[in-house]
Amino acid sequence: MTQHNRAKFQPSGKIQFGIFFQGVNSGTIWKAPESGSQTDFESFRRIAQTAERGLFAAFFLGEGLRLREHLGRPHALDVAGRPDAQTMLAALASVTSNIGLVATQNTTYNDPADLAHRLASLDLLSGGRAAWNVVTTDNAWTGANFRRGGYLDHADRYVHAEAFVETAKRIWDSWEEGAVSSSVSADSWAVPGHARSVHHSGRHYSVDVTPRLPRSAQYRPVLFQAGDSPEGRDFAARQADVIFSAHPKFDDAVEFRFDIVSRTLAAGRGANDVQIMPASEFILAATEEEAREKKEWVRSLQIGPQQAVAYLEQFWGRELSAYDPDGPLPEIDPVVEETSETRGSGFHGAKARQLAEQWRAEAKEKGLSIRQFVSSRTSRVDATFTGSYTAVADTLAEYARVGAVDGFNISPWLIPTGLDDIVNHLVPELQERGVYPTEYAGSTLRENLGLATPVRSESLEPVQL
Amino acid sequence: MSGIPRPGRPGFLALELDGDGAHPAAWRHARHAPDELLNGARIRSTALAAESAGFHVATFADGPVSSGRDVAGRLNALQRAAFAGPVTSSIVLVPEVDTVYTEPFHVATQLASLDYVSGGRAGWLVAASGSAEEAAAVGRSFVDGAALVHEAAASVEVSRRLWDSWEDDAVIRDVATGRYLDVDKLHYVDFETPSDFAGPGYSVKGPSIIPRPPQGQLPVVAQAGLLPSDADVVLVSAPTPSLLAAELAEVRRAIAGGGAVVGGGPTLAGGAAVVAELDVVLDSRGQSASARLAELDAFTPWSSSRARFVGTAAELVDFLAELLAVADGVRLHPAVLDVELEELAQLVLPELRRRGVLKPVAQGTFRELLGLDRPVSRYGQVGASAGLGAAAGAAVVGSEN
Repeated sequence: MTQHNRAKFQPSGKIQFGIFFQGVNSGTIWKAPESGSQTDFESFRRIAQTAERGLFAAFFLGEGLRLREHLGRPHALDVAGRPDAQTMLAALASVTSNIGLVATQNTTYNDPADLAHRLASLDLLSGGRAAWNVVTTDNAWTGANFRRGGYLDHADRYVHAEAFVETAKRIWDSWEEGAVSSSVSADSWAVPGHARSVHHSGRHYSVDVTPRLPRSAQYRPVLFQAGDSPEGRDFAARQADVIFSAHPKFDDAVEFRFDIVSRTLAAGRGANDVQIMPASEFILAATEEEAREKKEWVRSLQIGPQQAVAYLEQFWGRELSAYDPDGPLPEIDPVVEETSETRGSGFHGAKARQLAEQWRAEAKEKGLSIRQFVSSRTSRVDATFTGSYTAVADTLAEYARVGAVDGFNISPWLIPTGLDDIVNHLVPELQERGVYPTEYAGSTLRENLGLATPVRSESLEPVQL
Repeated sequence: MSGIPRPGRPGFLALELDGDGAHPAAWRHARHAPDELLNGARIRSTALAAESAGFHVATFADGPVSSGRDVAGRLNALQRAAFAGPVTSSIVLVPEVDTVYTEPFHVATQLASLDYVSGGRAGWLVAASGSAEEAAAVGRSFVDGAALVHEAAASVEVSRRLWDSWEDDAVIRDVATGRYLDVDKLHYVDFETPSDFAGPGYSVKGPSIIPRPPQGQLPVVAQAGLLPSDADVVLVSAPTPSLLAAELAEVRRAIAGGGAVVGGGPTLAGGAAVVAELDVVLDSRGQSASARLAELDAFTPWSSSRARFVGTAAELVDFLAELLAVADGVRLHPAVLDVELEELAQLVLPELRRRGVLKPVAQGTFRELLGLDRPVSRYGQVGASAGLGAAAGAAVVGSEN
């Protein structure tokens, strides 16, 4: 990263918030009396409307196309079971008016023409507030739920995803500006020759379609991307508008920012063209001491004794229920050399025996029980902002000043009330510091994120409909 | 009408809300500009207008749109229905969803989600696309004939199994044992296409990624013949209004007879509701229906496989009352949605209600409207009969083995 490149990046001086309603994870507390439904529409409406009251830029939904498993059966201990992202967001579009609606959707188990059409539908229904978080899957385990099965090699996943995204962009680029008539007395409903057909013939799929939707108020859906490998980062630098990153800690965030700036410039785009919103969690209170107490309470409910043991079981590959969660890590060795990860949990495989030794040593040195050790590993230590409203606001203002991030994608640990203190107390503190919006900049997601409107490519011939 | 079996109870009315109406030139007589069609405001206003008019059901067509000078755009039907969910309170929302060029696993999840966002007011109008255009869009081989019936049956079976794959009480939130789910109440569906499946076979593992929908099973609606053994609602068409009544009677006789052959075609499900399909053109604002139709046809001729009613509101009331004597419901396809809906709301539905031939509008589920019980999960029934249901909750340690 050269100083020259750094100089091209201009911090906006602002941060924005998104809300990530996870639906499947260990971070959402289901054991508290105030823990609400994970599937009732009222939970979604409540939290989306709270976020909108707090001028959040985006409401973000994840996706997992197979139910998580543990030791060969569905995983029982965490919240699970969530609605389809686009169906839920289409419903939320009718009860919100400014917040962006981000759907995580898989490129491996969708068809480009169908997915692009559905995303364009969401974009039009919401008045230009839709976004697509592009993800890939390569495992046959997920493929078992789909007609085509597991067909994609790990090495090919970004090649496939990029061809998919390029095809989607061409579909959204199909209709010219003002293609639909503005009067019932027009000779035809749409301007003749208003649309281009889209053809793609590739290794994994082919597409031959005349798209049937006009552009939206924001031209086309905003693109999010979350992959963190070098290939994933380059993919984001070429294609994405926003990266949902895993780097919320300050120094790490700054380093990630300039890595992305370099890659974005190398891809021929501007230094500010790709925004960054890391995953994060907030545990806030009026004072530091109360916040610390709250954090202990949150952690104890996130990782209970059973979750702690189950966490180790997925790396040990065997049942460990005989071990005391408040005692030391198991002395026995894992049964497999490679970890058999909890399916769909996103953990990466590693040398299990080596990992177990390393963890035992670490826990022993720090004097941690199974439960304490697992809590320290899974609590997203790096992603948690704990403290008083004023102290956390000061911290976030520093992120804004240097442009470490463009915002934070917040995972609430309570549904549906988990954003209340952020909206009621943190947002006003940030607004006082001049680092958070005081109103929505516009009605579209692109306007609210400050993203440029795409320019229609000139490379294709229009087709006569 | 003597000799025809009668439902002997009031019926329901459905309205197709697609685009500007069923006539291809409808947009020219719409009460808004073409560039105001494809947005949320339009979905909201038409769904609310249908609900306040007293329609029991709204349907949302999907698929490729016609070319030429008419409407060239269409929003995804399932998303239109989802958008309408939170802004309505009683009307049932039934999107058309294809079974041939879609992933059955996605379709099951999306429809279950629609049931959640509508509070149990969702249904599925099953389509089997015989369109070469849709095949090309997703790079698949064109399918037609008997293969369509196979594709539809397989996709519906996948959805039905996935909707049952979480028993109703699978989410237990048991703090003492740390279990959010009772894994014994989740089930792999292990669907495989039958050996005589016409297209490339496939399998679906399961379980679903969403808990059981509020209705348990969404009612499945299909044109007569597409889902011979698995439709909850059968749509019946005939070339003319006079033939429609006879066709309905024929279908109802077949159903009453426990699945006799209809017109040489496949047998029908035993308890399915029978719904008549009807295109409608009404007098409006001093202009006769036939004059309005002639004007629209001069722009683009309207060809439809459904019977067409062209006349006054009073005549339509009589005709619908006749149809509802033999059908469980009627689905209306308005020539111009803005125009016909106004007449239907003011002159037709109030009179039908006065005559007592319409069910009251209730804030219930689609199953309740159809008089269907909420079924127990097919997987739960096995456990219950074996006496395992009650024991499962107590088997704390064992459940994690």
